[in-house]
Amino acid sequence: MNWLRGGGIAGFIVRRLLLAVVVLFLVSVLVFASTQALGNPARAILGRNATPASLAALSAQLHLGQPFVTQYWDWLKGLLHGNLGISLAAQQPVTKVISARLVNSAALVVLSGAISIPLSIAIGSWAALRREKLFDTASSTLLLVLAALPEFVVAVVLVILLSTTVFHWLPAISPIPPGSRPWDHGKALILPTATLVIAVAPYVARVMRASMIEVLESDYVEMARLKGLPERTVLIRHALPNALGPVFQVIAINLAYLAGGIVVVEYVFNYTGIGSALQDAVINHDIPLVQALAMIIAAVYVVLNLLADVATILVTPRLRTRL
Amino acid sequence: MNPGTGGAVATAGLELATPPVKPSSLFRRSLRLWRTRIGVALVLILVLLAIFGPYLAPHSPDAFIGAPNSSPGGKAVLGTDYLGQDVLSRFLYGGRSILFMAIIATGIGLIAGVAIGLIAAYSRNAVDDVLMRGMDVIMAFPQIMLALVAVTVIGAHAWVIVAAIALTTAPRVARVTRGTAQPVVERDFVAATEAMGVPRWRILTGELLPNILGPLMVESSLRLTYSIGVIAALAFLGLSPNPNSANWGTMINENEIALSVQPWGVVIPVIALAALTMGTGLMGDGIARTAAGIDRARGEE
Repeated sequence: MNWLRGGGIAGFIVRRLLLAVVVLFLVSVLVFASTQALGNPARAILGRNATPASLAALSAQLHLGQPFVTQYWDWLKGLLHGNLGISLAAQQPVTKVISARLVNSAALVVLSGAISIPLSIAIGSWAALRREKLFDTASSTLLLVLAALPEFVVAVVLVILLSTTVFHWLPAISPIPPGSRPWDHGKALILPTATLVIAVAPYVARVMRASMIEVLESDYVEMARLKGLPERTVLIRHALPNALGPVFQVIAINLAYLAGGIVVVEYVFNYTGIGSALQDAVINHDIPLVQALAMIIAAVYVVLNLLADVATILVTPRLRTRL
Repeated sequence: MNPGTGGAVATAGLELATPPVKPSSLFRRSLRLWRTRIGVALVLILVLLAIFGPYLAPHSPDAFIGAPNSSPGGKAVLGTDYLGQDVLSRFLYGGRSILFMAIIATGIGLIAGVAIGLIAAYSRNAVDDVLMRGMDVIMAFPQIMLALVAVTVIGAHAWVIVAAIALTTAPRVARVTRGTAQPVVERDFVAATEAMGVPRWRILTGELLPNILGPLMVESSLRLTYSIGVIAALAFLGLSPNPNSANWGTMINENEIALSVQPWGVVIPVIALAALTMGTGLMGDGIARTAAGIDRARGEE
């Protein structure tokens, strides 16, 4: 597969872009095939007691009579034109149902990322500098335990501790009423954000610690120290940028993970976003909505992984020689 | 909770040295670490509880024994839930299905993932690319998403949930398997067995597999942790094979609304799920550290 190599950084980015497009295309086939072709969607939506007339009407609405490829092609064309179909439960275009929710969810993910990334880089670096000392041992044990917990368990524990049972400081649910923006409800955002930060930060911090330890033991850091550079300069100019390389991957994977994690977290807090919309859509068998949300979440996932690969190459010069 | 990262981290920098460490001896050695001991103890307690709990339950899990959301006392040691059923009995019944489904799903995902990863690593040609890009497509979905899509279309049957978790576990295992098996494929003893005319599948199972069991043990405990989390989360979202049955995830969902009046219906299953996932997490980390330690010692020899 020689066409996969060569071309330097620009070539690498182009190849990664093409690969991302191919993956997204296959994802769309998978989403569509699994929702539309497995079994009879009309029956899945209407249930066992559906009358033949209502089954026929819904089949027509979902274009089930046509061959699969035609159905898929129409759906894909709509998708590319920003037409995501009609939500069966709301009887409104999917775009209308989810546009405000998309903003809410994006706000939650961006806020969680903005807090968890610097926090976990700081914890990881500090633990690496204090290797085997109290902070390192305590933080790595705590992070290990937190990393294992399912996020709805974290969320419920936070609710028990901070809003219903032990203390009564924060609201237990965080609905964002239509017409208002998430940032108008600062207090309601605290617990969902905290849950997502706890879900993500342990991984980034652990990778940061491992990466930083490796860099601190490297020859060029020793060289910088022997040159008599102040420790601050050694750490910030020499160690940190190199240690961040592997961390980008993990940050991107974890941000992408947030896109899935919000399903459960938004449900716990009754937060008005695409995650809770997906839970609703699944319960209501609202197939067009499930298809649209699955595509959006998968697209976020693929794009973030793409950005991670590109960022890793850009910050790690020695990887470029392998291109 | 997070897919895909921990395993790669745990196995990063694992240089494989001969002879391979036997999994049983790796596990025994890892028990020298306190974290492994605590992890194993937690897992054992919860597995025993899940298996034998139903025999210890004072009431049937769906018998109404008092007013809804009543506090502990009288017939109900931990109070009653939102319908007036015994919290303790429902808790004792509620671990079995989660644990069984998680173990079966992780097992299937592991076997499939190891097979795909080994074939990809050994093929060294286009098969490798095709298999691993296929795995990338499945990994473009967060684990819970694919389960949600499957449940929407087919329904929340146990086999659908197990299949969805297995399907999303396999690519993550395949990636680790391929990564650790690749350097082994290049080594002389593999070329030697090839020259002896040993059939390919015997090379995969007899030569490659024993050399990657350490990282695979770490990966399995990690995957089991996530499977438990996802299956419990699905139940919490209202998607379990039998919505009325006792299940820790379902219990948390049902009783959360009455949290300020009768916390036990939520607190007890939350503690159980936290202990179980922490246990598998600690166990995996203990094994990973031991494997890394053995490697480091060998590097210095």
